[in-house]
Amino acid sequence: MKTSVQQINNLTIGFQSQKGQQISILKNINTTINKGETVGIVGESGSGKSTLALAMMGYVKHGLFTISGECMFHSNNLLEMNNKELENIRGRKIAMIPQNAGQSLTPNLKIGYQIDEALKLHTDLKKTDRDNKISELLNKVRLPSPETMAQRYPHELSGGQQQRVAVAMALAGSPELLLLDEPTTGLDVTTQAHVLELLNLIAKDTGTSMVYVSHDLGAIAQVSDRVIVMYSGEIVLDGPVRSILKNPIHPYTFGLLKSIPKLTLPGLPNSMSGSQPQPGSIKEGCSFYDRCEFADKNCKINSPELEYINDLNTHVRCFRHKELINQNELNSQTVKSIENKILKNEILDLSNVSISYAKQKFIEQLINKIEDKNPTVKDIDININKGETLALVGESGSGKSTILKSIAGLLKTKDGIIKFEKDKELSSDLRKRDPKFLRAIQLIFQNPDESLNPNHTVEEIVAQPLKLYFGLKGHELKEKIINVLDKVRLGEFYITRYPRQLSGGEKQRVAVARAFAAKPDIILCDEVTSALDVSVQAAVLNLLQELKEDFGTTYIFVSHDLAVVRAISDRVAVLYQGRLCEIGPSKNVYKFPSHPYTEVLLGAVLEPDPDIKPKLVAEDIVEEKPPENGCSFQGRCPRILGDICKNEVPPWQTTENGNSIRCHIKIDDLKNQQTLN
Amino acid sequence: MKNKKEKQKNTFQKILEVIKTMASKPSGLIGLTILIFHVILAITSPLYVPYDYKAIDPSLMLNPPSSEFWFGTDSLGRDVFTRTILGGRTALTVTFFGSLIALLWGGSLGIFCGLVGGKIDDVVMRIIDAFLSIPWILAMLLIVSLLGTTTLVLIPALGFFYGKGIVRVARAATHDVIAKDFIVSARARGHSNISIIWNEILPNVRDAIMVEGAMRWSWMLLGFSSLSFLGFGVSPPTPDWGLMISNARGLMSFAYWAVLAPIVGLSSLIIGINLTADAFAKALGIDRSTKAPV
Repeated sequence: MKTSVQQINNLTIGFQSQKGQQISILKNINTTINKGETVGIVGESGSGKSTLALAMMGYVKHGLFTISGECMFHSNNLLEMNNKELENIRGRKIAMIPQNAGQSLTPNLKIGYQIDEALKLHTDLKKTDRDNKISELLNKVRLPSPETMAQRYPHELSGGQQQRVAVAMALAGSPELLLLDEPTTGLDVTTQAHVLELLNLIAKDTGTSMVYVSHDLGAIAQVSDRVIVMYSGEIVLDGPVRSILKNPIHPYTFGLLKSIPKLTLPGLPNSMSGSQPQPGSIKEGCSFYDRCEFADKNCKINSPELEYINDLNTHVRCFRHKELINQNELNSQTVKSIENKILKNEILDLSNVSISYAKQKFIEQLINKIEDKNPTVKDIDININKGETLALVGESGSGKSTILKSIAGLLKTKDGIIKFEKDKELSSDLRKRDPKFLRAIQLIFQNPDESLNPNHTVEEIVAQPLKLYFGLKGHELKEKIINVLDKVRLGEFYITRYPRQLSGGEKQRVAVARAFAAKPDIILCDEVTSALDVSVQAAVLNLLQELKEDFGTTYIFVSHDLAVVRAISDRVAVLYQGRLCEIGPSKNVYKFPSHPYTEVLLGAVLEPDPDIKPKLVAEDIVEEKPPENGCSFQGRCPRILGDICKNEVPPWQTTENGNSIRCHIKIDDLKNQQTLN
Repeated sequence: MKNKKEKQKNTFQKILEVIKTMASKPSGLIGLTILIFHVILAITSPLYVPYDYKAIDPSLMLNPPSSEFWFGTDSLGRDVFTRTILGGRTALTVTFFGSLIALLWGGSLGIFCGLVGGKIDDVVMRIIDAFLSIPWILAMLLIVSLLGTTTLVLIPALGFFYGKGIVRVARAATHDVIAKDFIVSARARGHSNISIIWNEILPNVRDAIMVEGAMRWSWMLLGFSSLSFLGFGVSPPTPDWGLMISNARGLMSFAYWAVLAPIVGLSSLIIGINLTADAFAKALGIDRSTKAPV
C-alpha cells in the first residue's frame, strides 16, 4: 500500500478579470503524490505548471485565488492554513528549489552561513551539531571539500555548484516533499546532466518525494517515475514515465514529442500548429481542439474528462485516446531532412581571429592594439560557403556569441581578418564598415522580448531596415512590410500590434521578418530558439529553413543545444574556451571518432526517453579562463595524455569522415577508445 | 500622409486614455481638478477681478474679510482677493516654461550621457554633481542680482537649476534600455546615434522623464515663490503669492487673512501638481510604491 504525501482534490485557481468574470488558471486538478515518488510536471509556458507547484506549498500568487478544491498535505489543507501554520510546514516538511540558484542565494553571505540559517530555522540542533550537519549536507550534494566550500561566497561557485548548494539548503529541514521549479534550466548541458544525476541519488538515498516542474521532456525523462502533462491549466495525461514518453495516448503529448529534435533521428522535426489558448478563451469543448490532428465534431462541443486506463495505469483527458494507443507512429517519426544548395564560393572567411575583452591601456589605445597573451577567443579559422548553415556549439563561456558579435561588427577583434566574399575585408569596427556590408549581415537574437522595441508596433519594427537600407516611404513601404510579414506567415492585421500583444513564437517571427527585410546574405542567429517552447521552436526552425531555401541565405547558427544544431546545420564547429576543438560536416561530427570535448557534450545530451541515460564522462568543473599553454580542454579532458597536452597546442588532424579535430591523441587511438565505451 | 494622420490620432487617443486612467482614482481626480482650476483661473482672472490690484487706499488698511472685500485688505489697503487670484499668473508661467527648459536640456543631456557612456559620461556627470552641491538658492540670488529679475532671466535660470536632477533620471532610464538587444540590433544595422536616440531610446524613456518633469514643476514653483519671498522674484507691485506672504507675514497675529489667502493658493497648486504627477506616473505604469512580491 502506497502512502500518499500530498493529495490535491478538485483544485481550481483563478483570477478575477476586469469585467468581473472568474477566469481559471488551474482547472479541476486531481492528483496524489506518493511517498518516495518523483513526479515530473511538464507543460509549455502558460500551462499552469508553476502555479500548481506553488499551490503544493500552500502559496497562491498575488492576484490569484483558490476558487474551489483543496491541497491536502497528510490531513491538513494547505490552502486554508494561516501564515504561522504554513511557516512550520514550509522548509521542514515541504521545501522548494528555485530555478535560478544564483539569484536565490544571498550574495554577501557565505554558503555555510546560509545553510546554517536554514538549519537554525528548521531544526533544533546545537551549534556544533549544525556545523557537522553543514558538512554532511555539502557532502550529500557532492561538493568537493565541504569545509572550504562553506567558507565561500555564492559568486565564487559555478552555476552547477550554486544549484547544489540550493539543494543542500532545501534538504536542511529533511523535508518529505521537495518541489523543484525548472532547477536545471539555464545550466550547461554537462552541468545539467550532473545535477539530474545528483537528484536521482538523493531521491534514492533519502526517500524524499519530489515534484519536478520543467518544460524539458529530456530532463523529466531522466528523473521522474511518473509524469503529469499539463495543457491550458488542465492535467491531460498522468501516468508512468515510460508509457507516457514511449506511447503517449494524448494528442498533445504526441505532438510535443514529435516536435523535439533528437540526436538519434536527425532532421527537422514536425511542428505543432497554433499556440496555447489564453486563459478564459475556451468556452466549450476540448481545450486542445484547435491544435489537435485527431479532433472530430464531438471534441468541439464536449470537453473530455480525465479517464483512468487500467492497462497503462494512466489518466488521460481525450475522447479518442484508444485510437492513439496502438499508433506506433512515434517510432516512425517523420522528419524533414535538410538539403541546402551550397555554392562552392566562400561568403565569409575568418582567419586567425582573436578577440580580447581585456581593457586597453592608455598607450595601447593610442597605437590601437591590445596586448593580451591569453585572449577570450583565439585563432579562429573558419570559412563559410554561400548557402551553408554553420553552427557554433559550446557551453556558456565558449566564445560562440563573442565570435558572432565580431562578425556583426559589435566587438573589435584583436588580431585576424574577416573577409566577405573572398576579397572584401570587413572591419570589426562598425563605424568603419561600408554600409552595404552592414545590410548584408543581419542578426537575430535569443530573446525576442529584448530584441523588439516594446514601444514600436510591428509595422515600425519591420520598417526600420527598409527605411534605412532602401529608403522606402509611404505606400511602397507599407506594401513591402506586408509582403515581408507574409513570408514569415504573419497576416496583415499584425502590423498595428505591439510586441506585448504577441506570443513568444510570433515575436520571434517578427524578429526574423526584420532580419530578412534587409535582404541579407548572411544571418547570424544567436540562440534563436532557446527562449521558446518546444512546439514553437520546431515551427521557427522550419520557418528559418524554408526562408533559407527561398532566398539562399547563409546562416551562422549559435546554440548550446546539440539536437537543434544537428537538425538544422550543414557544418558544426565545436568551441571550448574560445578555441576551436572540432569542425566538420554535422552528420560526421556526431559520429566517432571525435574530439574528447565533443564526446563529453554528446554524452550529456538528454533524450526524452527514460531508457537512454546520459554518459557522464568529465567532471563539471567550470574554468574561468582558458589555459595559457597547450590544449584548451586540458582541465577537464577525460582522455588527457599528460604534459604534452599542457604545453603544446594540439595539431589539427583529419578523420576519415572528413571532420577536423584538434587533439594530441592519434585519430586511430581516439576511435578505438571511443568505440570501446 | 495618411500614416501621419493615423499616428496623430493614435497619440491623441493615448493621451485621452492616460487622462482617463488618471481621473479614475480619487487622488488623481482631485489633483487634476485643482490643477485645471488654477490654470483656468490664471488665464481668465484679469477678466473678472473686482478691483485694481495696485490701487492703494490708506483708509482701507487691514480690513477683515467682508462682503465688500471677500478676503479682506492688506497693509496698503489693496484687495487681497484680487491680488490672490492674480498672484499665481507669473509663478505658473515662469515655472511652466522653466520646467519645459529643464526637461529639454536635462532629458537630452541625460540620454546622451547614457548612450555614449565612458569618459564623456564620467566628466559630464561629475560636473553635474559639482553643480548639485552648490546651494541653488545662493546661486539663483547671485544670477538674479547680476542680471535682474525679469522673466527672461528667471525662466532659463530656474530651468537650468531644476534640470540637473532630470539629467540623472534620464541617464538612469537610458541605462535600463541601452543594454537591451533592440539597441544592439539597431547599432548592428548601422543606424546613427541620433536615429537610435530618437527611434529606440526616446519612446522607452519618455514616460520616466515626463513624470520627473512634472514633479520638478511643483518643486520649481516652491522655489520660485521662495525667491519672491526673499524679494528676488516678482517685483512689486505685481501680485505674487510669495511676495504677498513675505509682505504680510509680520502682521500675521492680527491680520491673518492677508497671509492665509496666498498660502492656500500656493499650497493647493503644489499639492495639485504633485497629485497629478503621481497619478500620471501610475497611469503610465511607473509606480514608485510597488510592493515586494511576497
